[in-house]
Amino acid sequence: MSNRVAVIGVGQTKYASKRPDVSIAGLLREAAQRALDDAGLTYADIDAVVIGKAPDMFEGVMMPELYLADALGANGKPIMRVHTAGSVGGSTAIVASHLVEAGIHERVLTVAFEKQSESDAMWALTVRPPFQPSTVGGAGGYFAPYIRAYMRRSGAPADTGMRTVVKDRLNALKNPYAHLHQPDITLEQVAASPMLWDPIRYAETCPSSDGACAMVLASESAAAKAPGKPAWVHGTAMRSEPTMFAGRDQVNPQAGQDCARDVYKAAGITNPRKEIDCAEIYVPFSWFEAMWMENLGIAPLGEGWKMVQEGATGMDGDFPVNMSGGVLSSNPIGASGMIRYAEAAMQVRGTAGEHQLDGVRKAMGHAYGGGSQFFSMWIVGSEKP
Amino acid sequence: MTDAYGVVSRPVRLDYTFTAGKALSRFLTIIEGGKIIGQRCPKCAKVYVPARGSCPTCGVATAEAVEVKDRGIVTTFCIVNIPFPGMAVKPPFAAASVLLDGADIAIFHLLQEVPVENVRMGLRVEAVWKPASEMEMSMESIAYFKPTGEPDAPYDSYKDLL
Ligand SMILES: [Zn+2]
Repeated sequence: MSNRVAVIGVGQTKYASKRPDVSIAGLLREAAQRALDDAGLTYADIDAVVIGKAPDMFEGVMMPELYLADALGANGKPIMRVHTAGSVGGSTAIVASHLVEAGIHERVLTVAFEKQSESDAMWALTVRPPFQPSTVGGAGGYFAPYIRAYMRRSGAPADTGMRTVVKDRLNALKNPYAHLHQPDITLEQVAASPMLWDPIRYAETCPSSDGACAMVLASESAAAKAPGKPAWVHGTAMRSEPTMFAGRDQVNPQAGQDCARDVYKAAGITNPRKEIDCAEIYVPFSWFEAMWMENLGIAPLGEGWKMVQEGATGMDGDFPVNMSGGVLSSNPIGASGMIRYAEAAMQVRGTAGEHQLDGVRKAMGHAYGGGSQFFSMWIVGSEKP
Repeated sequence: MTDAYGVVSRPVRLDYTFTAGKALSRFLTIIEGGKIIGQRCPKCAKVYVPARGSCPTCGVATAEAVEVKDRGIVTTFCIVNIPFPGMAVKPPFAAASVLLDGADIAIFHLLQEVPVENVRMGLRVEAVWKPASEMEMSMESIAYFKPTGEPDAPYDSYKDLL
C-alpha cells in the first residue's frame, strides 16, 4: 500500500517574454519561495528537490541541476533533474510525488522552468542528422501536418482551432500570471493573423515565455500541518512511444490513450467526462484541444471538435479546459507541464482566484512532449483518495 | 545603475560525429548512389526506410534489405511561410510526409515544382536527385520531391501511414 501525497504549496512567476531582471536561478527561486510561503515552510523543511526543464541546449546551460542546487536550498540534500522534453514539467511533478508516495521523503520541493529569452529552441532542435533533411523549422512545422491530418480525418469545421484560441486567451485575462493578456481578441482577428506553418496561424501558436512553476508535495502527516487546504494526488501516469514506427498515429497517439487509461484507473475513474470537473491540458497549438479530447477519451473518436464548437470546454461548459489560459497564453516550455498540474491543484484547493470554478472535486493535469512521444498526467482531488 | 541589468550574448557552436551503425551506414552509402534501401522486419513484415537495424514495434533485429522506389504518396504536409535558420529553400514551400512505394513508414522531405496551393494529401510525387557531383551520404542527396502527374492516391490507401 503506497502513501498518500498532497500538494500543499504552489508558486508561479509572472510569465513574460523577457525577465532580464533575474538570472535563471533567480527565476526559479521566485517560484520556489512562493510555493514555500504557500505551504508555510522554509527551505530548511524540505527533504529533497526535483527539478525539470526542456533540453539543456535551449539555454546552453548544461546540467542546470548542478548550477541551481544552492539557489534551491538543496545544499547537502538529494537533488535530481528530470527530462522528458515538453512534458517534463508534468513528469517532474510525478517523480517528486513518487518520492513521497514511496515513503522516502515527507516534503519534496519540485520546480520546473524555461527562460526562453535566453534560449534558442529553433537552433537547438535543428540538428541536421544525415537520415533526415532539415525541412520544417521548429515545433509548428513538425505538428502542422498532423493537425491537417486531424482536420481531414474528422471533417471538423475550419474555425475549431480559432475557437480554442479565443476561449483560452479570454480565460487568461482572469489569470494574473498569464503571459498574454489580449482583451480584444476575436475570431476575426485570429482568422486574419498570418499562416506560419499552414494550417497553423500565428495567433494559434503559444507564445515564447520566461517563467518557473514550483510545488511542495507532502505526506499525509505533513499535509495535516499545512496552513492551507491540500490537493490530494489521486493518480499519476506516464507513457511513451518511439518517435517513429510503421503505422504510428500522431493524431491520436497510442501512448496518450494508454496514459489516460492508466491515470483514470489509478484514480478510480470510469467515466472521465462526468467524474472529472475540469482539466488543464497541454495545448501549444490550437487544434490540439480537440485532438486531445479524443485521445483522452473525453470525447468519442472524431468528435473532439464538437466539444470545442459547443462550448463544452469553456468556463461554463460541462468539461472546462485550461481555465488559466493554458499553454496558448503562457509557454515557458519546461514549466508548462507543471503549470497544468499546479493549476489543477489550485482548482481543487479553491485557490485559483478569478479563474476558479465552483465546487471542483477532481481535476486533471496533462502534458506531452517530443513529437507527441512522452505523456504524463495526474488527477488531483479535494478529498483524500 | 539600479534598473540596468546585464544581458550578454555568448555564441555556442556544435560540430558532432555521427556513428551511423551497420544498417544506416548501408542506407547512407546506397543513397549516395541514387538508390533507397530499407529493411523488412522478420516479425511484422513492415519495411522501414531508413532502416535502423531493428523494428521499433517488435524489438527485433532487421537484416533483410529491400529496395524501395524513389516515388510515392504525399500523406500529409504543411506549408512553411516563415524563414528559419538552415532552411534549404525560401518560403513559402511545402514540407511533406512522403510514403515511398514499397515502404511502410513515411519520410519527411521538401516538395518543389508545384505551386503550394496545389499541394494536397494523396498527391503522387517522385524524387529529384542532386547532380552526381553533389551526392552525399545523406537524405539530402534527394534535392526535393515533385509531382509525377499520376492520379492522386485514394485516401484509404495511406490514411493509416501518415
Ligand atoms: Zn516488426
